[in-house]
Amino acid sequence: MKTMLLAGAATALVTPALAQDGGISDDTIKIGMNLDMSGPYSAIDGEGSVVAAQMAIDEMGGEIDGKKIELLTADHQNKADIGSNIARQWADQDKVDLVVGGANSGVGIALQEVTSEKGIAYINNGGASAALTNENCAPETGIHWTYDTDALANGTAVAMVKEGNDSWYFITADYAFGHKLEENAMDAVKANGGTVIGNVRAPFPTQDFSSFLLQAQGSGAKVIGLANAGTDTQNSVKQAQEFGIVQGGQALASLLLFITDVDALGLDAAQGLTLTTGFYWDQDEKAREWSAKFEEKHGGKPSMVHAGMYSSVLNYLKAVKETGTDDAKTVVAKLKEMPIEDAFARNGRVREDGLMVHDMFLAQVKKPEESEGKWDYYNIVSTIPGDDAFRSLEDGTCEAIKNN
Amino acid sequence: MALLDIPLPVFMGQLLIGLINGAFYAVLSLGLALIFGLLNIVNFAHGALYMVGAFVAFLLLDIMGIGYWPSLLLAPVIVGLFGMVIERLLLRPLADLDHLYGLLLTFGLALLLEGAFRHFYGVSGERYAIPDSLQGVFNLGFMFLPVYRAWVIVASLIVCIATWLLIEKTRLGATMRAAVENADLVRAFGVNVPLLVTVTYGFGVALAAFAGVLAAPIYSVNPLMGSNIIIVVFAIVVIGGLGSIKGAVISGFLLGLCEGLTRVFWPEASNIVIFVVMAVVLVVRPAGLFGKAA
Repeated sequence: MKTMLLAGAATALVTPALAQDGGISDDTIKIGMNLDMSGPYSAIDGEGSVVAAQMAIDEMGGEIDGKKIELLTADHQNKADIGSNIARQWADQDKVDLVVGGANSGVGIALQEVTSEKGIAYINNGGASAALTNENCAPETGIHWTYDTDALANGTAVAMVKEGNDSWYFITADYAFGHKLEENAMDAVKANGGTVIGNVRAPFPTQDFSSFLLQAQGSGAKVIGLANAGTDTQNSVKQAQEFGIVQGGQALASLLLFITDVDALGLDAAQGLTLTTGFYWDQDEKAREWSAKFEEKHGGKPSMVHAGMYSSVLNYLKAVKETGTDDAKTVVAKLKEMPIEDAFARNGRVREDGLMVHDMFLAQVKKPEESEGKWDYYNIVSTIPGDDAFRSLEDGTCEAIKNN
Repeated sequence: MALLDIPLPVFMGQLLIGLINGAFYAVLSLGLALIFGLLNIVNFAHGALYMVGAFVAFLLLDIMGIGYWPSLLLAPVIVGLFGMVIERLLLRPLADLDHLYGLLLTFGLALLLEGAFRHFYGVSGERYAIPDSLQGVFNLGFMFLPVYRAWVIVASLIVCIATWLLIEKTRLGATMRAAVENADLVRAFGVNVPLLVTVTYGFGVALAAFAGVLAAPIYSVNPLMGSNIIIVVFAIVVIGGLGSIKGAVISGFLLGLCEGLTRVFWPEASNIVIFVVMAVVLVVRPAGLFGKAA
C-alpha cells in the first residue's frame, strides 16, 4: 500500500501541468524549436526554419481564440544530450506544448524520447532516420514529417534500377543515419532485382573522398550510391566529377541531396544527379507562391526542411484550433484525422505510427544550359505517391501500435 | 596481380591519392612547425587561417574577378599581412608568458574567425572552379590522375623545398635560427628581432593560406574546413618532432600515404590512424621522428 501511495505521488509529481480537461494550458500555445543553428545542417534548417514557422503562426493571426502563440528557439549543436536537456527544460519550466525540429537523426530520436516521457507533442523535421517511426516510435505524441530514409531510398534506388542501373556500390557516412540510409537503399535495390557489389564506410565527416571514389570506380558497379549528406555529399560529388567517374560511364546517385547542396556545388558539378525530395519550390503554383514569400523574408529559396517546418506548425495550430486544446495526445489524434494539404504537402496524412505519408518527387538536376538562373535546379521526373514512397504500415516495426 | 586481394592498379592509385593528401598536410604542418620552432607559439588558429585563405581566393574571384593564378600569390600575402597584425597586436604581449596563453588566444581567434565566416556565408559552402589551364586528367594506365591533383603535389613540393632552403641555407634563415637560440645576442648585432618574429609568423600564416587556395577547387570552401584538418596537422607536427621543419614535411607526406592505405584496408579507421601512429611514435621516440631530444 505504501509503495502504491509513493508511486502515485511520484506520478503526480512528474505528470506535467498540461491541459487535462481541455482548453489551452497557461493561456498560451508555446512552440519550442530545437534546431541546428550553427552546424553542418544549419543551411537546410537553422534561421530559415524559424522564418518558416513564423510564417505559419502569422497565417493563423498570431493567436488562437485569443490565446497567444509563442515561439522559442534553441541550438541543439547536433548533440543529442544538449537537445534533450533543452527539451526537458522546456517541458518542466517553460511549459512548452509542441517541440519541433531535430535535423540530425541522433538528436531527433532523443527529442522524441523526452517529449513522449513528458507528454508533449513532437514533430520531427529534418531528421532522416526511419527509426523515428519504427524501433524508436512514439505514436501518441511524436510525428515524423518531411521525409525519411525509406522514402529517399525507395524513390531514387527504385527509379535507377528500373532504368537498368542494376549494380550498386555504396559510399556511406559511418554513423546511424548513413547506415540506415544504406540499409534501406540496399533493400530497395535487391527487391527490384538489382545487386549490391560492395560498400565502403567513410568516417564522418570526410573531406577527401578520392580514395573511396577510386574503390567504387574499381568495383565496376553501374551506380555509385552516396549514403551521406551535407558537405560530405558536396565533396564526394565534386571529386567524382574531378576523377571523371560519370564520364567513365558510371552513374552517381545521391540518396539525400538538398537544394542548398546543389547551390553550393553548382550545376556543372551536380548536373544529371537523380534525387528524391519531399518538396521543390517550383513544384507547382502553391509552392511557388509560398516560396516567393519565404524568399522575401529569408533571402533564399526554402529547403524541403523549411517547407516541412511551415507545414507541420501550420497543421498543428489548425488541429489546436479545431480541438480547442493544446493537450498533446488530443492534438496528435486530431492531426491523424485531418487531410494534410498545403504549400508543402500533397495528399498528406499522418499515419497511426506517426509517419506523415505524402507524395514525394523524383527529380533530376538540370544541365547548366537548361537552368534559367539561381535556384532553377531541378526537373521533376515523376511524382511518387505517398504509399509507394514510404514503407507500408505492415512492414513497420513500431511496437506501440502493434500491441493495440 | 594482386596484393592482399587489392588489384595492383587500385593499390597504386591509392598510394598516389595518399601522396596528394600528404601534400596538403606537409604545407600546413610546415607552417605550424615554423611558427612553433622559431617563435614557440602553438598556433591553434592555423586551421582557421587555412580556411580564410580559401575564402580570400573565393572573394577575390567573386568580387574583383581575380582568378586562380594571381590568387595563389595574393591570398597568402593578404592573409600573411593579417597574421602580422595579429602577432603585433595580440601575440606580442603574451610572448613572455606561458605557452598556454598563446594557445588559448589563437584557439579563441580560430573560433572568432570561423564564427564570423559562418555568420556571413553560412555552412553550405561556396564554389570555386578548377582553373581552365588545370582541367582534365592524365591517363597513367593504372588510374586517371586529375591534372589539378598533380599540380597540388608539384606546388607543395616547390613550396616545402623553397622554405627549407630559406631557413637552412640563407643568411636570413641563419639569423632567424640564431634569434631563436639567443635573441639578446642577435639583437646586440643590430638585428631587429621583433620585426623578424612578426615576419616569420606572417610567413607561417601565409603558408596556411597557400594551402587554403590549393584546396579551394577540390574541397568545398566552407567555414568549417579548417577545424576538420587542424587536429590531424597537429598530430603530424608532433610525429615529425615539434619544431622540426624537415620532420614536418616528411611526416606530412608519409602520413598522407599511411592514411591512404588505411582507406583501402580498413576505411572506418582512416580518420584515427594518424593518432595511433602519433601514440606509437610518442612511446618509442618522445621527441618525434626528427626532433632532438630535450
